[in-house]
Amino acid sequence: MSDHVVSLPAIGGAGGLEAYGPSGPKPRHTFSRRNIFLYGTLIVVALYYLLPLYVMVVTSLKGMPEIRLGNIFSPPMEITFEPWVKAWSSACTGLNCDGLSRGFWNSVRITIPSVILSIALASVNGYALANWRFKGADTFFIILIVGAFIPYQVMIYPIVIILREVGLYGSLSGLVIVHSIFGMPILTLLFRNYFTSMPEELFRAARVDGAGFWGIYFRIMLPMSLPIFVVAIILQVTGIWNDFLFGVVYTRPDTYPMTVQLNNIVNSVQGVKEYNVNMAATILTGLVPLIVYFLSGKLFVRGIAAGAVKG
Amino acid sequence: MSKSERPSQLFRNLNAKIASIPMIFTALVIFVGGTVWTVFYSFTNSKLLPRLHFVGLDQYYRLWATPRWLISIENLLIYGVLSLVFSLVIGFLLAALLDQKIRFEDTFRTIFLYPFALSFIVTGLVWQWLLNPEFGVQAVVRSLGWTSFSFNPLYDSSIVIYGILIAALWQGTGLIMCLMLAGLRGIDEDIWKAARVDGIPTWKTYLFIIIPMMRPVFITTLVIVASNIVRVYDLVVAQTSGGPGIASEVPAKYVYDYMFFAQNLGQGFAASTMMLLSVIIVIVPWAYLEFGGKKRV
Amino acid sequence: MNANGSVEVNGSSGANGTSVSIQNLSLNFGAISVLQTLNLDVAEGEFIVLLGPSGCGKSTLLNCIAGLLDVSEGRIFIKGKNVTWEEPKDRGIGMVFQSYALYPQMTVEKNLSFGLRVAGLAKDEIAKRIARAAEILQIEPLLHRKPAALSGGQRQRVAIGRALVRDVDVFLFDEPLSNLDAKLRAELRVEIKLLHRKLENTMIYVTHDQIEAMTLADRIAVMKGGVIQQLDAPQTIYNRPVNRFVAGFLGSPAMNFLDGRLEQADGDWHFVAEDVRIPLATYAFEKDPVPGPAVFGIRPEHVAFNSGTGWPFAATASVEVVEPMGSDTLVWLKLGGQNFTVRVTAERTPNNAEAVGIGFDPMRASLFDAATGNRL
Repeated sequence: MSDHVVSLPAIGGAGGLEAYGPSGPKPRHTFSRRNIFLYGTLIVVALYYLLPLYVMVVTSLKGMPEIRLGNIFSPPMEITFEPWVKAWSSACTGLNCDGLSRGFWNSVRITIPSVILSIALASVNGYALANWRFKGADTFFIILIVGAFIPYQVMIYPIVIILREVGLYGSLSGLVIVHSIFGMPILTLLFRNYFTSMPEELFRAARVDGAGFWGIYFRIMLPMSLPIFVVAIILQVTGIWNDFLFGVVYTRPDTYPMTVQLNNIVNSVQGVKEYNVNMAATILTGLVPLIVYFLSGKLFVRGIAAGAVKG
Repeated sequence: MSKSERPSQLFRNLNAKIASIPMIFTALVIFVGGTVWTVFYSFTNSKLLPRLHFVGLDQYYRLWATPRWLISIENLLIYGVLSLVFSLVIGFLLAALLDQKIRFEDTFRTIFLYPFALSFIVTGLVWQWLLNPEFGVQAVVRSLGWTSFSFNPLYDSSIVIYGILIAALWQGTGLIMCLMLAGLRGIDEDIWKAARVDGIPTWKTYLFIIIPMMRPVFITTLVIVASNIVRVYDLVVAQTSGGPGIASEVPAKYVYDYMFFAQNLGQGFAASTMMLLSVIIVIVPWAYLEFGGKKRV
Repeated sequence: MNANGSVEVNGSSGANGTSVSIQNLSLNFGAISVLQTLNLDVAEGEFIVLLGPSGCGKSTLLNCIAGLLDVSEGRIFIKGKNVTWEEPKDRGIGMVFQSYALYPQMTVEKNLSFGLRVAGLAKDEIAKRIARAAEILQIEPLLHRKPAALSGGQRQRVAIGRALVRDVDVFLFDEPLSNLDAKLRAELRVEIKLLHRKLENTMIYVTHDQIEAMTLADRIAVMKGGVIQQLDAPQTIYNRPVNRFVAGFLGSPAMNFLDGRLEQADGDWHFVAEDVRIPLATYAFEKDPVPGPAVFGIRPEHVAFNSGTGWPFAATASVEVVEPMGSDTLVWLKLGGQNFTVRVTAERTPNNAEAVGIGFDPMRASLFDAATGNRL
């Protein structure tokens, strides 16, 4: 017992302790080695990620003589919007010289109906899978999800044949159907999981009240699932706008979406390369998904996290 | 649950069945039917149009004797391995940096992820410009005085695939970072506390505790990256068009070119079947681990 | 408040040294104050339970002691050493978490040894410590299993083992039994108590479960709003709560509270609520009473039921609801127009609407100021 007395001489009483040793928060230096390393790395990496965007913008604002003289990182000495005008309204792809605007409007005409159709189909489907499971439904669903991993190249040609048979090959409607088909696995999964996570009692109560399949969908499920619809819209708008493969396979030059037309403008072999016009055209094409991205913030992350499941 | 135990009749749940028709059509006709059809016709000598003249494995022999296909496969392997390793490592490191309770986390995350919103075409064209030997990175470094500096991947067939890799990593690591960050955030806070009480340094905690705990996230990410690798197409088309020569060809481009330009459908079908095979090799073990094996806790 | 009054520094008293001493500790997250100028001294070998509802700051306090949270003000001493700025590993503590926090990819043995190996301990020393911990906790057969293959109780035992092998003076428990079912909880409670007796370590234990607190603690610190309301032995806290919050928080079924007034008649103090008039001759006032609104609290088990006269206070009331709970029965009555419960043995369960007699001695009751809630 007396050990304790000897071993604790420092604690002579509350008064003695008051003036003893460090107190309060541990001092943290804003410029500690750890912070310098941490933020330094992050800033360097962030600059690396931003660099291409910056180069795109400054290049598109320079005239060709300046591009030939200077380096690609230097800001424009004389800002010109002419490349943007040219990219939009008079850049040439093959024989057409009416700029990217045609591709832009094609993409709009493709994206809007594709987004609506694919989400309508998938949400109803996900709802059926979550709440009205019938025999065999899960089997089809598994095939659908596994099918999402099949390389598109394997299914491209049979779809060409089908579309040709029904007379939609080369038309915008054909492409809309293709986008709806290939958007189905991920969207159905998204909606099915969302509807499954909604309280079962809600659905039961509505059934007891006599609501049917469509009644419950429109009056209960739809109003309660706005966030997931927004996620799906973000996912589909960026996905469909950025598509190249389906566009190039299932449309003709006059119905090419913007990405295909952009590639044709930039990579066309004829004529002198106009890098400023090319970069303006590239920014224009990337603008729609970028705007969606910056406006949607965290929902975009949620969308890709969900989309990631599909692979 | 009661809903799954209804008596099975054709008209029971009719509305649900009607609503599922697009899914059933997609699953059976497009995914199963289309795949079977393509594999089936890969044994024919279809040229401009598909026709049922069977030639056995001829298309495959020819495929594996074509230099362009061999280069495509070699490129895919190099690109695949490197892009797997780098995107996982970079993605994880960035996620770990962002997970240090830093300020401006949202800003950094937004910056790292924005390339992912851009299409491969846009990505390819930007990097084509950045790597342009006359005006791009090489020219800028040389103008700074290092005149012997040489970095010209897009016109040097031995390193062109690395040029594409750089662009692909720029576009795709943000996604991996997001997945990894979600995985890191999913780890019980108490584990970190326990490790601190145990006196385990941060890097050792990551290496020996956190990363092993994130195995499922890594596997899922691996599968995602791998199945995207097999599909790589737009990026190559935009950045190099397969050049110089055929140095940066990839299988997906081979398929497209043989189907729609070379009017040699049989080759296209055989090549796409090979792509399918490679995906199966990636997916099946994963699916087995994820769903077939015993449940992980 | 008792909390501040009972701050004892035992260093020079000789009987027991101070093991953990917390002085004027405050913690703010931005504008939110989580802990407010808190003082607490834990004697060596003492078992202290921090008890309170969720959000009262008890886990936060424990994390501060562990060094997992930076304090905003004040000091923390462990074994006489100021550890306010020390890393958790250097504080001489071991900690057990609610979610066990075992490293899932390592075997039990690795879980126990990982920290020691990182600290660079000799191999045979590690083996010795693991063997001792495994023996004490009886987890020898589990050493080569992974946490996923263990039951909740086994996992918690391993988690305790991880603290044990660190060979430290102070054990910190953060709601260690909350994830277990009621039966296992009761078993492990006893085991922790035995462990404490065997090791004679200082233990600081956070819980929201009053039974755990009552059964385990040498002293309980009841917390609310980042402030220790009362720090005392369990029986004192139970029988002489310093304020209405403590009185209401401990005890199940909860204490009866009657709103009324203190009145003085002929020199004798009474508590009056409507027609009920309770004489307070036997009640030990903390301070001199003044007439005015007050709250009278008495525990349901301190009320005698149909046991005749002879009580300082007796009344008859009609039974409103009867709740049989197995071993005993809770009878709901109206007293002074307010709800009142009495705990009776199962054999004496009355019928609904039956008129029954009750009685109690105000000596066992607690009186609170109506405005401040403090004990009178």
